[in-house]
Amino acid sequence: MTAARETGARSATRAARFAARHGWLLVLLPGGLFLLIFFCYPLVTMAVRSLTDPGPQNYTEVATSPVFRQVLVTTLKTAGLTTLVCLALAYPYAYRMSRASARTTTVMMALVLLPFWSSLLVRTFSWTVLLQDTGLINKMLMALGVVDQPLQLIRTSLGVEVGMVHILLPYMVLPLYTAMRRIDPMLVPAAQSLGARPSRAFARVTVPLSMPGVYAGAVLVFVLSLGFYVTPSLLGGPKNTMLGEVIATQVTRFGFGIGSALGMVLLVVTLVTLGALTLLGRAGSLARERTP
Amino acid sequence: MRPVLAKSLLGLLSLLIGLFLILPTLFVVPMSFNGSSSLGLPTRNWTTHWYTTVFTSSQWGEAAWTSVQVGILTVLLATSLGTLIAVALARGTFRGRGVLQALVLSPMIIPVVVVAIGTYMNFVAWGLTGSVLGLALAHTVLALPFVVVAVSAAARQLDQTYELAAASLGARPRTVFRRITLPLLAPGVVAGALFAFVTSWDEVVVALFLSSPDVRTMPVLMWTQVRSQVSPELAAVGTLLVAVSMLSVVGLHLLRKDQNA
Repeated sequence: MTAARETGARSATRAARFAARHGWLLVLLPGGLFLLIFFCYPLVTMAVRSLTDPGPQNYTEVATSPVFRQVLVTTLKTAGLTTLVCLALAYPYAYRMSRASARTTTVMMALVLLPFWSSLLVRTFSWTVLLQDTGLINKMLMALGVVDQPLQLIRTSLGVEVGMVHILLPYMVLPLYTAMRRIDPMLVPAAQSLGARPSRAFARVTVPLSMPGVYAGAVLVFVLSLGFYVTPSLLGGPKNTMLGEVIATQVTRFGFGIGSALGMVLLVVTLVTLGALTLLGRAGSLARERTP
Repeated sequence: MRPVLAKSLLGLLSLLIGLFLILPTLFVVPMSFNGSSSLGLPTRNWTTHWYTTVFTSSQWGEAAWTSVQVGILTVLLATSLGTLIAVALARGTFRGRGVLQALVLSPMIIPVVVVAIGTYMNFVAWGLTGSVLGLALAHTVLALPFVVVAVSAAARQLDQTYELAAASLGARPRTVFRRITLPLLAPGVVAGALFAFVTSWDEVVVALFLSSPDVRTMPVLMWTQVRSQVSPELAAVGTLLVAVSMLSVVGLHLLRKDQNA
């Protein structure tokens, strides 16, 4: 009797311990399985296809083709330029927002969040209409007498750039704003009371302390730019083709092999950039902490 | 004088950047009521003709119905899976927590084209292309991070005292989750559900690969038409798409306000 009760108690404790240790595993099981099947496995399929359909020579073709090299260069250049322009526009905006009254902040935030949550396709569509030869922008330029002939704005790298900056700007503003809100508002007056002019206080206090936001925003915008497909294919011309478009065209028209190999290139470039920039950001913040 | 000048310059610059963000987003609205069919400058002839065309067209009707079905199914899948993951991430102490978090959030960063072609190749083999279920499964992957972020935020703010109180009164863990934790998480779950819906509603790239001429979402149909001709009818569709997204976001804002009040 006693032995049986002891065994029962022991197994109950064991069960409780199992639940404590593995309970979270049970909770995670459905979501984890889902991600494995519908997110990880597709990436594996793509990797396998890139090596077997028809064989590893897919990579030789990708590496030796001047067309694909050109596309990769265009993609990296476009992503870099988009990041710089977004930073230049988002910095003053986020700075102004971080020092605005509650009501102004709400309005400025709405101007960022409403586009952020609106269809990328619709926003790109608007730009195709605005930038076309008979569009609002050319009509205005001609009415103002800036140009006589409509400017070629659509199907150019300028068109792609305008559209991508418009779409990615919120991704830069949000982390910058978060970083700037964290800055102690008394630091700038403190610097000024010690004799620093406003511009110097800004350069020596605000800018360094906003750097985490700059890194976060820049990494996000650059990495997201790399995979862009809809915007460059509607606003760009044949010379501005980006990697995302080539991958889609390959897979839909020419079969899975080369498309998968290019997909792997895009995936690896994205992950490497992400890793490198994150490390760089960490090194940067370390260096800043150590300099007095 | 100079700081004042700098301040007004900064204000002007911010205003221009704000207009650059919002005007092109809302440009489809005047375009969709424009009487001229050329889509140039907005004229004074206002019309609702383009909406009549869209609402009476069978292909737009079918696409809208597909979008709604896919959206709702995505919300159900992403919200239930995402809530469980978020609770485990916020509360659980287990090995591989960091890896799991990175895995769940990575669909936000991994290029959508890459996810799209991998999924497409699998779904061709499994016979899931051209189906509402296939579209919803793929959209759930993209929507999960938003649900997890929204629910995790709510879970971290949740006061564990309530759960301990319920447990001390004899409620079993399952009951505590259902009667205490879930109701307290509700605002986060609703926010996540709205994010999931908007993600699915606006998504083009994955949907482009998984759609068929019979089963395609509104953005996919819009995409095929934008490439051939630019008509005010598309501006009407665009306005409808943006209106639904914006209603969701405004709803979310009101929800948050309600919570804080």
